[in-house]
Amino acid sequence: MSSMLQGRWWSWGFRSTVMLYFIVLIIFPIIGIYGQSFSSGWAAFAENITEPLAWKAVLLTVKLALIATVVNMLIGTMSAWVLIRYRFPGRRLLNSLVDLPFALPTAVAGLMILLLLGPNSPVGELAEKLGFTILFHQPAIVIAMVFVTFPFVIRAVQPLLEEMDASEEEAAYTLGATKATTFWRVILPNMLPGILSGAMLAFSRALAEFGAVVLVAGNIPGKTLIASVYIFGEIESDNAIGATAVSVLLLTFSFLILWTVNYVQMRRKNG
Amino acid sequence: MRRLWIGLTVAVFSFLLIIPVIRIAMGAFDAGWSGFAQGLARPETLHALYMTGLIVVIVTVVNTLFGVMLSLYLVRASWLGKRLKQLLNSIVDLPFAVSPVIGGLMIVLLLGPETALGALFNKAGVDIVYALPGMIIATLFVTFPLIVREVMPVLQEIGSAQEEAAATLGASAWTTFWRVTWPSIRWCVVYGVVLTVARAMGEFGAVLVVSGNILFKTQTATTLVYQDVENFNLTAANSIALVLAAGSVTLLLLMEWAKSRREVH
Amino acid sequence: MHIEVRGLNKKFGDFQAVTDVNFEIEKGQLIGLLGPSGGGKTSILRMLAGLETVDEGDIVFHGKRVNELPPQERGIGFVFQNYALFKHMTVEENIAFGLEVKKWTKPQIQERVAELVELTGLKGFEKRYPHQLSGGQRQRVAFARALAPEPQLLLLDEPFAAIDAKIRHELRSWLREMIDRLGITSIFVTHDQDEAIEVADQIMIINKGRLEQKGTPWEIYKNPQSPFVAGFIGESTIVEDVSSLRGFGGTGELSGTKALIRPEYVEIGKASDFELLSATEKGTVRHIHFRGSEWLVEVEIGATKLVTYRSLEKEILQPGNEVRVLIHRAYLFNDTDSWVMENRLKEDPMPVHI
Repeated sequence: MSSMLQGRWWSWGFRSTVMLYFIVLIIFPIIGIYGQSFSSGWAAFAENITEPLAWKAVLLTVKLALIATVVNMLIGTMSAWVLIRYRFPGRRLLNSLVDLPFALPTAVAGLMILLLLGPNSPVGELAEKLGFTILFHQPAIVIAMVFVTFPFVIRAVQPLLEEMDASEEEAAYTLGATKATTFWRVILPNMLPGILSGAMLAFSRALAEFGAVVLVAGNIPGKTLIASVYIFGEIESDNAIGATAVSVLLLTFSFLILWTVNYVQMRRKNG
Repeated sequence: MRRLWIGLTVAVFSFLLIIPVIRIAMGAFDAGWSGFAQGLARPETLHALYMTGLIVVIVTVVNTLFGVMLSLYLVRASWLGKRLKQLLNSIVDLPFAVSPVIGGLMIVLLLGPETALGALFNKAGVDIVYALPGMIIATLFVTFPLIVREVMPVLQEIGSAQEEAAATLGASAWTTFWRVTWPSIRWCVVYGVVLTVARAMGEFGAVLVVSGNILFKTQTATTLVYQDVENFNLTAANSIALVLAAGSVTLLLLMEWAKSRREVH
Repeated sequence: MHIEVRGLNKKFGDFQAVTDVNFEIEKGQLIGLLGPSGGGKTSILRMLAGLETVDEGDIVFHGKRVNELPPQERGIGFVFQNYALFKHMTVEENIAFGLEVKKWTKPQIQERVAELVELTGLKGFEKRYPHQLSGGQRQRVAFARALAPEPQLLLLDEPFAAIDAKIRHELRSWLREMIDRLGITSIFVTHDQDEAIEVADQIMIINKGRLEQKGTPWEIYKNPQSPFVAGFIGESTIVEDVSSLRGFGGTGELSGTKALIRPEYVEIGKASDFELLSATEKGTVRHIHFRGSEWLVEVEIGATKLVTYRSLEKEILQPGNEVRVLIHRAYLFNDTDSWVMENRLKEDPMPVHI
């Protein structure tokens, strides 16, 4: 009898500790920041949001994140296709490398891009000759975003390609469709859910990226200052309210995307 | 045709992934072996690496423990309502949507020296923000979902039938967990742990904000790299980055290995 | 279309899947490829479709060698075992696919799709997606889709394997009827002999990559050309030494010859049931099983166990009952030869060599 009670106390203890940890670690901070941003009232909040530097930063971030996402959709789909459908030496190595951006610190990623694209590097020199600069300008930001979000689309598409029924393709061939037609009308639609959910995750991540970007962007307000760096700047200048206002904006946007992805995935599972 | 696609893909991978890493190695040895060693042997480097190591260990242990338990509760617990479980489930993913800088900001807002809580801790002699505890909390926040998201799907997939069978055979909760549940989720947990270590090691934005990047006190390897770059001390930056990159590649290999073991069931 | 296959050979790695297969199929015939799993029948079908390459041999459609032609250009329709419907397209879109590829005009496509929807009894389901249909409905969509572009040859790979037993019967008759109506040359693969017997004009028995026999179901049943074929169709018992049985013994030439005896060749009953009592021998009932439409009776003659069917109308037998057993004929085979032999003690005593 007493051992049962003992068991009861233990499990009650475990449960409360774990749930407490969860709530305190995740929920409190999020509620905290929302609370803080409105603590000085709506007016202050609105003022900070409409500060031109602020919303320019947010718009710039959205625009560059979109570009990076599109790039990743293209190269990600191609890479997933090549890695799953073809056999060639080095395939397994390449497949493992896909996860490198997940493993590498973002600051290191930033440094890598800095070195590769700087004015003294072959790429930087080539770009200068062609008349545009990469480093400290928007292209560098896009490249940084592409790097850190590289695995998302690939890893979302690969399982779909693997599970795909080979006989759907064969059926298309027997009905007279060429390989190209079959790709566009039969295979790609099957890959689409993965491409889209991977793209949404990539977009969400690109919006939030800081480490890789802060090293390679010129951080020129209005031109190469993205939201996360703007927020960092506000924190450094002790403007907590300005920082929290933009943070809340960015957060809400990201949460919406996250919940949309989850919702769509859940519907796919049950549908 | 397929040669074209394979070639293009290999090209993309080279430019995006392979060449950059090689470039770091080259940068680290810019001034030869001594330059590399110097960059690493600096006292600030050693301290920073120590901080990173400490944070990684603490964060990984704590999040593994709580992560596995929370997964179990969210999937199996009868004492949580279904609605509540779904709600908690969607909350688990939130840290993924939070930009690291914002993550750090949240901790500062909650526990900074000007806040009630922060002042309380200060009186007790414990600094949170601009000190190790704050950095740990920030990293805990950021890495929280990793293990949970690896373990939960597997728990759902394997179902509770085996655990119920163990219960009918008289096994206690602990025995059931250790001998029935754990073997099934073991490799997922390992994979999650590797991911957590990688993320904790690489965390930058949140830690930068929370720590104040105070030399010799709250610098981590990543924030030191940042500082070195800002000070144009590229060789040193590269050296540290190389060490971090080597760690990452090792973790990457571990990831792939754990992934393959995970798929066996 | 007229189909000719000569010297077909196919290897998968080290495994010889198809060895030296030759056959000819007339236009409009419905042929069943029957045989055990892994025997090579699906490989043959896929080679006819162009979904697998041919190692050696020729495939000729209407006098033209088509080995090099890809599936797109062979003018075939293929129905897959698991339907292979395009999951993201409706029933209509699935059926229209082959026609869109051939660049038919919109009105032409609409007309043909409506025709096929009517033909396959799918009216009202045009806008549904595959996951909203039952197994039987999906299979009918697969047929409609394959038939839409008016192929010269229809190939079906175990089309009813994934369907419930009851629906299977209905679909079988429906398929037979449809193909008769359309007059299209068709080949289907199955491992279910009842299906092959019921549906096909002719059957080709494929075992271990070889064509054992081609003929009408009745021919194959009556005159099996190899022990495998004899044993494959119907349920038979193998008797090691046929000379031990009454009516087959006597002359030494038959000792050591094995025999396959079908249940249908064995008659049992009381002494008064038989005219040729001298051709019967004594046997004991060992087991009886109810089979839904008849009794399956296991009867023992000396050391030999035989199996036979008994009508539900007749008097019920019990294990242990003594009965008279008449073996009408047996399919005999040794190392070099195989033939059907009538019971010598019946009216026609001459054994028949085939």
